[in-house]
Amino acid sequence: MSRLVDWLDRRTGLQHLLREALGEAIPGGARLAYVFGSGLLLVFLSQVITGVFLALYYVPSADHAHVTVAYMVKEVASGSFLRSLHAYGSSAMIIVVLLHVAQTLIYGSYKGAREILWMAGCVLFALVLGMAFTGYLLPWDQKAYFATAVGTNILGEVPLIGEWLQRLVRGGADMGTLTVSRFFVAHVFLIPGAIFAFVGLHVFLFRKAGPAGPPSVEAGRQRTELFYPRQLLMDVGFAVTIMVCLGAIAWMWPAELGPEANPADTRFLPRPEWYYVPVFQWLKYWKGSSAVVGIVIIPAIVAVFFVGLPFFDRSPERAPSKRPVTVGAFVAVLLSLALLGVLSVVEDRRDPAIAEQLAAQREVDRQFTAEPFEPEESPASLKTAKAALADPATARGKAIYEAQSCDACHGDAGQGTPGASALIGLAAKYPADELQRVLKIPTQEMTDGGMMPVDISDDDLRVLVAYVNALR
Amino acid sequence: MSAERRRFLGALPFLGALLAVGTSSVGALLAVPLARFAMYPLRRKPGEVAWSDIGPTTDLTPLAAPVKMLVEIEQRDGWRKMISTKPVYVTRTAEGRLRVLSAVCPHLGCSVAWNDSRRQFSCPCHVGVFAEDGALVSGPPPRGMDELDSTVEDGRLKVRYQYFRQLVTTREIIA
Ligand code: FES
Repeated sequence: MSRLVDWLDRRTGLQHLLREALGEAIPGGARLAYVFGSGLLLVFLSQVITGVFLALYYVPSADHAHVTVAYMVKEVASGSFLRSLHAYGSSAMIIVVLLHVAQTLIYGSYKGAREILWMAGCVLFALVLGMAFTGYLLPWDQKAYFATAVGTNILGEVPLIGEWLQRLVRGGADMGTLTVSRFFVAHVFLIPGAIFAFVGLHVFLFRKAGPAGPPSVEAGRQRTELFYPRQLLMDVGFAVTIMVCLGAIAWMWPAELGPEANPADTRFLPRPEWYYVPVFQWLKYWKGSSAVVGIVIIPAIVAVFFVGLPFFDRSPERAPSKRPVTVGAFVAVLLSLALLGVLSVVEDRRDPAIAEQLAAQREVDRQFTAEPFEPEESPASLKTAKAALADPATARGKAIYEAQSCDACHGDAGQGTPGASALIGLAAKYPADELQRVLKIPTQEMTDGGMMPVDISDDDLRVLVAYVNALR
Repeated sequence: MSAERRRFLGALPFLGALLAVGTSSVGALLAVPLARFAMYPLRRKPGEVAWSDIGPTTDLTPLAAPVKMLVEIEQRDGWRKMISTKPVYVTRTAEGRLRVLSAVCPHLGCSVAWNDSRRQFSCPCHVGVFAEDGALVSGPPPRGMDELDSTVEDGRLKVRYQYFRQLVTTREIIA
């Protein structure tokens, strides 16, 4: 065993790497406050794994997205659990991101030549929000469709490039199958790729700058402790706790899937996921010409202050009690967001019409989730065949087709048999009069294959050709 | 350094075990559903065919000659289904048992037609001829018409529609 370890070590330098990774000195010693970063990484890992598996069944197109999600949730073993884990995982990501940001802000850990580290973190924050936004549309159920319609409408309010931006994101003026493709590509390739890159940068810069330690520099100087074992234990303990909680919630309250998106439904009231509710409420106050202020200017100012925090707040002081402006502003923003969220819920409850509609929507979702899975009928199926027969001429043509025993060799729906070729698609190759001619007097090649001349009236022949042309 | 290193590695066995238990239990929590999810398609046995409804047996009581019936068969392909109609012949044996014959000719797969005046089945493609019970009379087909599994459930005749290998003397099920 130890010889194997030695051999591996000589080849890979694993021990050195491990010592590097685990032997990091933490000023002031291990603390529970430091667990959020690695916790976030683990939840993200779980999102990647569950996401990859969900992609085994998911099809990113407007006509298949919903049925494939319904299939994996209702039929595939453990599908409901895994989808719930993934859906609730996005909420967990947001919660842990907020905790991580709060810890960094309150401890003043962004100080001390950590500007790029902080900004890389801000980019990651935005990417996580982007993952939540793009992922929400993918099941293509009612709430997904309408929440994303509202979300992308906001883009249209951006001055100058708004309309262009909205069309770019939607893949056109309206939401549709191209929107699903775009959101899928963003959710599965672009944003995760960016997240991997920025996590790499973030972790690298963190290791370079070293852990900031507690706000009180004295406390940090008094003693240091290595990352291993206590901090590692706390990190793993926290990560395991989140995963167990997530698993328990996903197991006991599986995420619901509503009925397929129906863009024509004018009564549907869109409501976003809880983490976007404050933004949703905020936008209600900015209608018409002032919209630019609420949608672009104020968020931009907040974002600039947030991202540029290490540049604005340059004093080395880190104790939260001595940094009332920064800490106060952060708490104020958090409280306003919470207040907006509460206001939204209260408003929805107060208005009986809205409350009733929202309750009805929840009930529809619950019912659809409970219904057994209904597979999608493939286009080659009976339904389309029947639809084609709605035309009386083709219906008569089918009767002639069967009476003349054409179906014996060409198949009951013109699909062909080993005895004779398929008739589907023939219309594309021969014009109707040409078809009528060869039916009456088959070519040599046809006769050799066993085709008999069709001996019926010209009128019947015309109807028969109409039927053959209608075959799909 | 060497003392620190010893302490560093010395703590490994106990805590390492603790961590291993924690992480592997989370791993298992996730690995079991992931495996079940990925391997779900393996659970469907090949050749598992659903019963298709033909109709109430009372409609088939006076059965002087084989009747052609259309059955709707549903084929599942993951989340899709394909519904198609297939012709079958329902006959009654001397003992009064209902039999369902596939209309697919065992020679090259054309649809066999019932000829009422001759009281025989005949295949239009290469003139295969079969008796009223489906037995081969003459022509190139290597065997008689294929019987499909059928059952009567709640007074309704049901059939399991399947395809059989062509050009062989025995009835061999293919997908
Ligand atoms: S296919 Fe029926 S006899 Fe050849």
